[in-house]
Amino acid sequence: MSEQLLRVEDLSVHFALPTGFLGGHRPLKAVDGVSFTLAAGETLGIVGESGCGKSTLGRAILRLIEPTAGRVVWQGQPLGALAADALRGLRRDLQIVFQDPLAALDPRMTIGEIIAEPLVTHEPALGRAAIRARVEAIMAETGLLPQLINRYPHEFSGGQCQRVGIARAMILQPKLIVCDEPVSALDVSIQAQIVNLLMRLQASHGLAMLFISHDLAVVRHVSHRILVLYLGRLMELAECHDLLAAPRHPYTQALISAVPIPDPARERRKRRIVLTGELPSPLDPPSGCVFRTRCPHARPICAEQIPRIEPVRFGHSIACHRWQELPATPPAALA
Amino acid sequence: MPPLLAVQGLGIRFATPDGEVVAADQVDLTLAAGESLGIVGESGSGKTQLVLAMLGLLAKNGRATGSVRFQGEEILNLPAAALNRVRGVKIAMIFQDPMTSLNPYLKIRRQMTEVLVAHRGLDEPAARARCIALLEQVGIPDAARRIELYPHEFSGGMRQRVMIAIALLCQPDLLIADEPTTALDVTVQAQILDLLARLRAELGMALLLITHDLGVIAGACERVAVMYGGRIVEEAPIDALFAAPAHPYSRGLLGSMPRLDLAQPGELAAIPGQPPNLQALPAGCVYRPRCTFAFERCRSERPDLRAMLPDRRKACHLEHLP
Amino acid sequence: MSLALPDGSEQLLAIEGRSLWQDAWRRLLRNKAAIVAMILLAIIAAMAVLAPWLSPHPYDEIYWERIQAPPDFANQHWFGTDGNGRDLFVRTLYGARVSLMVGILATGVSLLIGVLYGATAGFLGGRIDSLMMRFVDFMYSMPFMFFVILLMVVFGRNIFLIFVALGAVEWLTMARIVRGQTLSVKRRDFIEAAHAAGVRKRKIITRHIIPNVLGPVIVYMTLTIPQVILTESFLSFLGLGVQEPLTSWGVLIAEGAQQMESAPWMLIFPASFLAVTLFCFNFLGDGLRDALDPKDR
Repeated sequence: MSEQLLRVEDLSVHFALPTGFLGGHRPLKAVDGVSFTLAAGETLGIVGESGCGKSTLGRAILRLIEPTAGRVVWQGQPLGALAADALRGLRRDLQIVFQDPLAALDPRMTIGEIIAEPLVTHEPALGRAAIRARVEAIMAETGLLPQLINRYPHEFSGGQCQRVGIARAMILQPKLIVCDEPVSALDVSIQAQIVNLLMRLQASHGLAMLFISHDLAVVRHVSHRILVLYLGRLMELAECHDLLAAPRHPYTQALISAVPIPDPARERRKRRIVLTGELPSPLDPPSGCVFRTRCPHARPICAEQIPRIEPVRFGHSIACHRWQELPATPPAALA
Repeated sequence: MPPLLAVQGLGIRFATPDGEVVAADQVDLTLAAGESLGIVGESGSGKTQLVLAMLGLLAKNGRATGSVRFQGEEILNLPAAALNRVRGVKIAMIFQDPMTSLNPYLKIRRQMTEVLVAHRGLDEPAARARCIALLEQVGIPDAARRIELYPHEFSGGMRQRVMIAIALLCQPDLLIADEPTTALDVTVQAQILDLLARLRAELGMALLLITHDLGVIAGACERVAVMYGGRIVEEAPIDALFAAPAHPYSRGLLGSMPRLDLAQPGELAAIPGQPPNLQALPAGCVYRPRCTFAFERCRSERPDLRAMLPDRRKACHLEHLP
Repeated sequence: MSLALPDGSEQLLAIEGRSLWQDAWRRLLRNKAAIVAMILLAIIAAMAVLAPWLSPHPYDEIYWERIQAPPDFANQHWFGTDGNGRDLFVRTLYGARVSLMVGILATGVSLLIGVLYGATAGFLGGRIDSLMMRFVDFMYSMPFMFFVILLMVVFGRNIFLIFVALGAVEWLTMARIVRGQTLSVKRRDFIEAAHAAGVRKRKIITRHIIPNVLGPVIVYMTLTIPQVILTESFLSFLGLGVQEPLTSWGVLIAEGAQQMESAPWMLIFPASFLAVTLFCFNFLGDGLRDALDPKDR
């Protein structure tokens, strides 16, 4: 777990939204100044609510969206400096799994063709038999019967389609997989199968994973570290255990307390920190700290200055003006 | 005194070009006045079709059989005119996506006062005042101004609050909420669940909450019915169900959930297999193909939903789970 | 065959899956109107191809003794003869050859240009897209009849010119349809998945975009063929169509219309062939639309 695979430095993605008249534009700051590192074999969970920019962040790292500012350094090599062809070559190490399992598969292709596509693209010299053998091997590994190779996606259930998506991502033995809400579209019982599969694959192949989700419980289960995102900004980043046992950011604390626990006694006991209001529009984010409009601890300074990202201790960083004054209470949910 | 709502032997079938789809079969449920019951199930479990059938809202190719009594009166398959005396008046419903049930071209005021003018015979100023009071009650700040807005000018959570306010217009005895928080962020979900709990305490209405999320049920309901493949497989008070699920599926569902409050080293206890195909349900127990405890009898004989304790029922041939 | 999946479920296994095309075909075969339309079209097409063998009369032979004769089985003039004493049955079938060929070829040309053009514009997007589509708008605004008459005047009457003229107009709509479809397909996740896998743009267009926009294209194609046939008939009616002694349905109908009172068979037979063909293509198009996009039913 020591080799640093990916370094994201101050990454920003701003979209220019046309504002009607005269070709005027207004920036939508989907991701703003996010930094982190990822080691080989590590899972970093990225958690946040809708519109927090977590999917954009994942795509910007893979350069499916061009970042506006900042750098993505892959194995010491800045991706931004690469020519299109070199980047295409690198893609064999960087793969993605999507949220909607059926939509991510071309409905006109068979399962075998879909899974083989990255292989055919990166190893064009491979013969038919070799391709088929590789596809069948990865199908078996992802829990799909190799006999289903000539079936079409619409004949599969959501969970099976997600296995196909994972098989496609895995066939080139990548070093990093970005999982963008890979289980949110699935039923609870199927969700657990897919989570187990991803964790098993990660352990056996030494994959690094970026696990993007709105569901803190799932993220907690799969991640070594968790990054909390709000309106495109990093709020808190810590080891999984530290983040849950001693969250320092008021947003993280509220997020943890809002997750319903499948245990009636605990649900009755726990004190929820109910945030007032809702997510501000990312088109018009609050000045200073973006969370201040909903923060129970906001002070005038929070409206004036953007909080810097400061280390709480090694491996735990936070963007909050007042974290040192605020109590580091373990959330009631976990008591 | 009859229960507020009594569902007996409810079956729902859809005729499709590819054959008949059984969305629900032999569903029995009761709900007392003021009680809160959660129905939990995955997609295709029939939980949504169940309430649509009760309210006469099934798609054209759907047919419901059995009996649904509300305050002692049969309401299943009533003609629309008769149903409208109950629907929206004594039974109100809120949906996952409030945008589908709000008219995007009308101001909130029009959509709310209309109901009061039609059903309660109030005049416009009185109706307006009552609507503003209701909007304040569901936690919409500055309601007197916001009542003049259009639905799209509200955020998702606020829109759900507006829907709840509309549902409360005629002071219903029963509120049916179909996945009311699924489309919302978790911090907003917490707000809406708090609101529902508070309103129930204030107004004494019964709540039928339909969700896929056992966590939501744990915080919002007194009793829970677990549905699978169109059937109720277990029904119990929540504490009992969460402490010791009696049906293998309930246990599997609980085991499948990653939890924030517990460290679960290793793998989640996932349920193997795929959700049931409603067009070709297995003979015997619908859960049998995925059940780790299945034995010969499960293959041939369908288990009835029977009482284990006065307040607990399950549909399983096993006396006790190992 | 029933096998246990590694994840514990069981299901029936067919080794070959059914593609969306096969599904659509099965749905189409359940549509009676579409089947009847396909059978009729096949009969008309076969008759057109086999025309010289179906009648003892050549299409350009003039029988001076039988000018404008009514249908007559003794001389095997089943549809009668025209104003020049030529057998109408065989001429109607030769007309079918020209009309169907114009319809299919012009549509084929429009299909080829329209699909490539539309898919490229839609997929590349941005400024290139605007530029390409402005060109289409410009072409649209050209007065079509003027365009055709101009071509005729410059190059003389020529059947291939008709193909060119019709194809040149029909591809515009095809390009618009394909571009619209491409824009919606492009946003789907599987396209992004292909990008992420490092697939080249050209491959993405040919492998993913085009197969996924073909559904509406095929429907539009079956509706374009009758439209082209009709336009050709219209041009022939105006005297801008094929040259004697060759003929098309439009020419026959124009001649028949002039003799409507004295020799109604001259109008009735070619007009019924045209009408039946148009009906069939439209029914087939409707059937295909339902079959390819079952959500709309």
